[in-house]
Amino acid sequence: MFNSSFDAVVPMLCVTLAALAAMGAEAFRARDEKMPIGGLGIIGLVGAGVACALLWNRNTSSFGVIVADNFGLFVTMVLVIVGILTIMFSSQVLEVDNLPRGEYYALLLFGIAGMMMMATANDLLVVFISLEILSLAVYVLTGIRRDDPRSTEAAFKYFLLGAFSSAFFLYGIAFTYGLTGSTRLDRIGAFLAAQSMSDNPLILVALGLLLVGFAFKISAVPFHMWTPDAYEGAPAIVTGFMSTGVKAAAFAAFARVFLSAFEPFSQQWVPVIWVLAAATMILGTVVGVAQSNLKRMLAYSSIAHGGYLLVGLVAANQIGKAAILFYLLAYAITNLAAFGVIAMLASSNDENEELRDYKGLWHTHPALAAMMTVCLLSLGGLPPTVGFVGKWYIFSAAVSSGYYGLAVIGMLTSVVSVFFYLRVVVMMYMSEREGPEPVRPRIARMGMVALTLSVILIFYLGILPTRVLDYAAESIATIF
Amino acid sequence: MPDTLIFYALSGLAILASALVIGQRNPMYSVMLLIASFGALAGLYIQLDAPFVAVAQIVIYAGAIMVLFLFVVMLLNAPQEDAAEWDRTHPLRQGGVGRFGAMLALLLVVQLAWALMRANDVSDAVSSRGDVATVSSVREVGRGLFTDYMFAFEATSILILVAMVGAVVLARQERGQ
Repeated sequence: MFNSSFDAVVPMLCVTLAALAAMGAEAFRARDEKMPIGGLGIIGLVGAGVACALLWNRNTSSFGVIVADNFGLFVTMVLVIVGILTIMFSSQVLEVDNLPRGEYYALLLFGIAGMMMMATANDLLVVFISLEILSLAVYVLTGIRRDDPRSTEAAFKYFLLGAFSSAFFLYGIAFTYGLTGSTRLDRIGAFLAAQSMSDNPLILVALGLLLVGFAFKISAVPFHMWTPDAYEGAPAIVTGFMSTGVKAAAFAAFARVFLSAFEPFSQQWVPVIWVLAAATMILGTVVGVAQSNLKRMLAYSSIAHGGYLLVGLVAANQIGKAAILFYLLAYAITNLAAFGVIAMLASSNDENEELRDYKGLWHTHPALAAMMTVCLLSLGGLPPTVGFVGKWYIFSAAVSSGYYGLAVIGMLTSVVSVFFYLRVVVMMYMSEREGPEPVRPRIARMGMVALTLSVILIFYLGILPTRVLDYAAESIATIF
Repeated sequence: MPDTLIFYALSGLAILASALVIGQRNPMYSVMLLIASFGALAGLYIQLDAPFVAVAQIVIYAGAIMVLFLFVVMLLNAPQEDAAEWDRTHPLRQGGVGRFGAMLALLLVVQLAWALMRANDVSDAVSSRGDVATVSSVREVGRGLFTDYMFAFEATSILILVAMVGAVVLARQERGQ
């Protein structure tokens, strides 16, 4: 074929080309011509998925800064799934809200390409550039409903705070480079392991600044302030996309930077992340209980899930690292499907996202109500769904590393979170609706297919997780 | 000694100008102060034996980008922000955003002060890595750009493309309006 030194970038190249094709298609589209632009994206994503499968276990790297190790490829696969599901859910949303198709898909695909780059980057500079690519794409997608002031406000807030936290991240990279003379993670790791710099405060500053940058992107408490507003204001499917894709990519880079390059300093950063994890789980759950808007509630729930992922990072033993990957997959599918349901029920003038809008959904949309129930139960971590398996592995990793406190906090918050997930379920099935039925659009077949696929995956991974867990375990063997 | 004095003078100017940028009610003054801040930074780069970066700073930031800023300010035709409007909408006075920003800024200042106070061996920590003069020459910058940082350099093109598409999406006029 071609020079094998380009192998590692093939997945993100497929997605980038699909994004360019989407832009081109939009440019040459006649004014009222319907074009299956989303199909181009799916082709690109499938191509990326195939490339991932072919690259599995080959451990190639390109340009020295992009490494297609199994860890990166696993996250890339998660992103491929996120991308395909998002595109399938999007067709109806674009129709209802009358959003610009070509630009929407182009930005979505560029964002995914940036995420893939971030998940496989082995260089802090590339991590930063990919972080900016995905952030810019997501800022614009957040504000893509320009006639909706809430969407614009959300985008603006997200943009301001995101730019601010990017600056922190960049400052951290500058300190790291100044101290170690390289932005490559392997060289930084080797340098830090060789020299005892633990008494050097500057390296701690670098660590702290990088931590702020990552914590912002995964919306860990206390860097979560933007999350509820941004998630509520963005179109529901974009919220689903950014709460899963961005989090997966950021967590992959987070784990790679802290568990490989800064491993020698785990003494210093583990307690900090311990506190972040505990605060994130508690606040996400407690505040989530008080929400009356479903999107906002799921925003807090996604904050809490970030906390569970941080537990895996603290534990950082063999099970913990594999559990992070598995949980990312579990959470991505489940959360995206839940937001998909919200997106499909939103009509152009009323989003129908208050909890009371879901009263009696069972009577009007039984299939949607049933699938939403599965998603919510999986988010709550009830067997036999994938959410249960994910949480099980995270907490057992914490216990086996001796972090009993975190495991207890995690389990308690999970129990509390089941309360607010079940509240929605109860509303859908048991309460009768007062007042007129909200206006709901026709449910597109494509979205139903995506939802069915997600539900099948939720059950499949919940009942027979071993195969995928083995992949996850294989993934972490290669880098850490 | 004069080196140190110049350093403090330029740093002071940069900090002062940046602080004044966010406090101005007239956007035109903000832009001008930002140019002053960039100029001071360029001076610092020269002190660091990085003339190429200094020139790039002047040409690109103080020159091209700030001219664009000025054009935007003039096209918006808003020489004076309304005082009440300013009080209400200024980012620093927004509840959540302001608090978050203030918290992060405080964190940064505390962290840096703590580190610099304790790191009296900064020069040892930042052990000399090659001759500064060769590292910052145009030749070395170019070499780095097309070897070690080639992927990052190329990936930036995607970043810029995303920014352009995003700007068009957010700013264009709807068809038929």
